[in-house]
Amino acid sequence: MIMKKHIYLALVFVFLFLLSVVAQEPVLFDGTNPVALSFQSTSAQGTALPTNDSIPQSALITPADLANQLQSARQKPLILNVGPHTLYLQAHIPGAEYMGAGSSDAGQQKLRERVKSLPKNAPIVLYCGCCPWSQCPNVHPAYQLLHSLGYTNFKVVYMTADFGTDWIDKGYPVAKGE
Amino acid sequence: MSSKRVLIYSIVTLCLIGLYLVSRRAAQKPKSAASGNSAPDFTVTDINGKKLSLSDYRGKVVLLDFWATWCTPCRAEIPHFVDMQEKLGPQGFQVIGISMDDEAKPVKEFYQQYRINYPLGVGDDKLAQSFGGVLGLPVNFLIDREGRIVKKYLGATEVSVFDRDVADLLAQH
Repeated sequence: MIMKKHIYLALVFVFLFLLSVVAQEPVLFDGTNPVALSFQSTSAQGTALPTNDSIPQSALITPADLANQLQSARQKPLILNVGPHTLYLQAHIPGAEYMGAGSSDAGQQKLRERVKSLPKNAPIVLYCGCCPWSQCPNVHPAYQLLHSLGYTNFKVVYMTADFGTDWIDKGYPVAKGE
Repeated sequence: MSSKRVLIYSIVTLCLIGLYLVSRRAAQKPKSAASGNSAPDFTVTDINGKKLSLSDYRGKVVLLDFWATWCTPCRAEIPHFVDMQEKLGPQGFQVIGISMDDEAKPVKEFYQQYRINYPLGVGDDKLAQSFGGVLGLPVNFLIDREGRIVKKYLGATEVSVFDRDVADLLAQH
């Protein structure tokens, strides 16, 4: 009888453990139930957003803010990587879909196709992180495309240096491969 | 059930959760190619169709440049690397370029346009990961004559830093 109690209790704890693991898996936005997320546009860790960029501050999100939201929000935004494939394969934000380089025709076409069926207020996050923000060839064309298509609830991750420095080195979650 | 047992079960469960989180974080974080470690060998096909292996340059001071044609700070460094190769090559210095472009075509065009005088190959994610991950460009590694990584340069670097470090390393042997 006492043995049985131990087994039941052990099972309860194993269940709790598994529950904690499952609770960490993000629910990704799939376009079927759009919810306008209230993105924060100021950094919790003091990263100053650029004032003279062609992407307005209101359309930017810092890595810290995105990481916080991915951790706390139950429904996650659709995250689209618009950088080089070799960098995406090495490491990317979990759940991020690869679109191709935002500066390339193929990347623009794939991005256009991916968002086509989504409502204009779909929560979307774009990011690259191939090189320093001011020299990134991809985020600005990708932003311009979504803006021109009329999307209103999307953000671009402001990575000042690159994905390694601004995301991985900060300890935010990453995934590898396709 | 005594409260002592409940406490023990709770601690064990918390430990399991902790172990899981730690192992997950460790698996996600790429290993870094630290200074002092041997540079991992690789073989790729260079832009002229020849075999390019890092180990073929053992005995030379090597500057291994991870770059891409779309990377502005990378492009800015390359004319200086061409100069360094020309001036310091006879002293046992060698630049090796590994492009992280997704295709070889723009690399070939770039190679001709910039009159690159050192071997150039196109890398992939596996090669990049063997060096601890190339998650932003440019990334350069200075490798000594014994094949050890002496220094890693992340992001755009003043060319005078390369000049100084390479001169120091050449002078050591």
